[in-house]
Amino acid sequence: MDATQNAARQPVRMRGRSYVAFVFSPVVPIVSWLEEIDATLARSPGFFTGKPVVLDLSAVDLSQAAITHLVGSLDQRNIRILGIEGVDEAKLGGNLPPLLTGGRACIVAQTEPQAAQAKATANTNTNTGIKAKSPSLLLDSPVRSGQSIVFAEGDVTVLGSVGSGAEIVAGGSIHVYGTLRGRAMAGINGNSSARIFCQKIEAELLAIDGYYQTAEQIDEGLRNRPAQAWLEGESLRITALN
Amino acid sequence: MAKVLVVTSGKGGVGKTTSTAALGAALAQTGQSVVVIDFDVGLRNLDLVMGAERRVVFDLINVVQGVAKLQQALIRDKRLENLWLLPASQTRDKDALTEEGVRRVIADLKTKFDWILCDSPAGIERGATLAMRYADEAIIVTNPEVSSVRDSDRIIGMLDSKTVRAERGERVEKHLLVTRYDAARAARGEMLSIDDILEILATPLLGIVPESQDVLKASNVGCPVTLNNTGSAPARAYIDAVRRLMGETVSMTVPVERKGLMDRLLRRRAA
Repeated sequence: MDATQNAARQPVRMRGRSYVAFVFSPVVPIVSWLEEIDATLARSPGFFTGKPVVLDLSAVDLSQAAITHLVGSLDQRNIRILGIEGVDEAKLGGNLPPLLTGGRACIVAQTEPQAAQAKATANTNTNTGIKAKSPSLLLDSPVRSGQSIVFAEGDVTVLGSVGSGAEIVAGGSIHVYGTLRGRAMAGINGNSSARIFCQKIEAELLAIDGYYQTAEQIDEGLRNRPAQAWLEGESLRITALN
Repeated sequence: MAKVLVVTSGKGGVGKTTSTAALGAALAQTGQSVVVIDFDVGLRNLDLVMGAERRVVFDLINVVQGVAKLQQALIRDKRLENLWLLPASQTRDKDALTEEGVRRVIADLKTKFDWILCDSPAGIERGATLAMRYADEAIIVTNPEVSSVRDSDRIIGMLDSKTVRAERGERVEKHLLVTRYDAARAARGEMLSIDDILEILATPLLGIVPESQDVLKASNVGCPVTLNNTGSAPARAYIDAVRRLMGETVSMTVPVERKGLMDRLLRRRAA
């Protein structure tokens, strides 16, 4: 409202962004749990550097002083706590990190990079799932019969055709700049907004988020034409692109 | 520099062996030294098509296993002195082939010949994968029908992933040879057209061999069609293919049967 009343003032812009956080669940005795952390750090120094870390205290019953001490101990190991879960808010006062709720579990690849490789791994981003932008896979040659391309992390683009008896499985959308004769399965991780695009449709099977159609069900009138498939509620819709 | 060429298809009965013999003989006729190897261990045929079945003493398996020397197993063609055959064993099966053994044999042949043609068995199992394993180039034999085309697509995928060249990040150059092609039937839509096949396989065309009685006749007398009847339509198609293989630019036509005056006058026998 302020912005409309006083045009000279810039409204504060806020954007949402999600990151995958590591969640530590300390167990008693805290001393030996910290030793475990030390052992992990000895194997891969800098493993937690630059990554958001959340402390889940639901498994232990700690006083405010103990929590302060634990956060301090982790801070000494260069692990800064972003927030705390599973604890009474009243215990978190003063300089302690805020209480977080509404977290959802997700898969974090079990890659423990060696010290020397740590940087390279971070660059290539092998399944760490921390990259903010969703990655995509580009194939610049035809996908042949019998080949199976599985890329759960994001979109797949094929410059060429997908042969009969070949399959593309993608976490995101699938783009085929050629004839799609094989099977295309998009949005396999529950991504219902994924789509399938192809320059010519002769597919054996199309699926998005588990909802599929076989060649028999695909409208004959679409054959050999550019088409896209998307999910409308629980039905798979396929239409010509032009 | 010796070239290793695999003749493959995935599907059986499309004309791999016939094409290997015809191409091998046509290459040899240009003066190149050529060896054709039969990888179809247990179901060998190349010796028959080459007319050498009565002279087989040792075979590929003997050489791979070190029982015989390469020189003992190689059979020289009776018609062309620079054409040789390394036959397969009929009594064994494909499990007798080892990767290391095949590597050794091919490395040895590379020092002796200009062209090494590997006649692959049908299928995608051990025999076929070992036949293509060390290939520099590949000829994919396809018939103008959907099952053969899809199997060829599968084989092309394997050439791009299972060969030594592919594993080193290099390319196996691929050529498509369409056999048993009948232009009239393709025009009537009873067969896939050349354009359809090329569209699906996206591989450069090496040649189109027409369906012909001459192929069967040549096989039955144990003579590659390019030697048996040089002027026949299939022989001319194979000879053109060989010229393209050697880097010449030859316009792509489907050779047709040459009909004499009497053929034209007496077209059909009255019932």
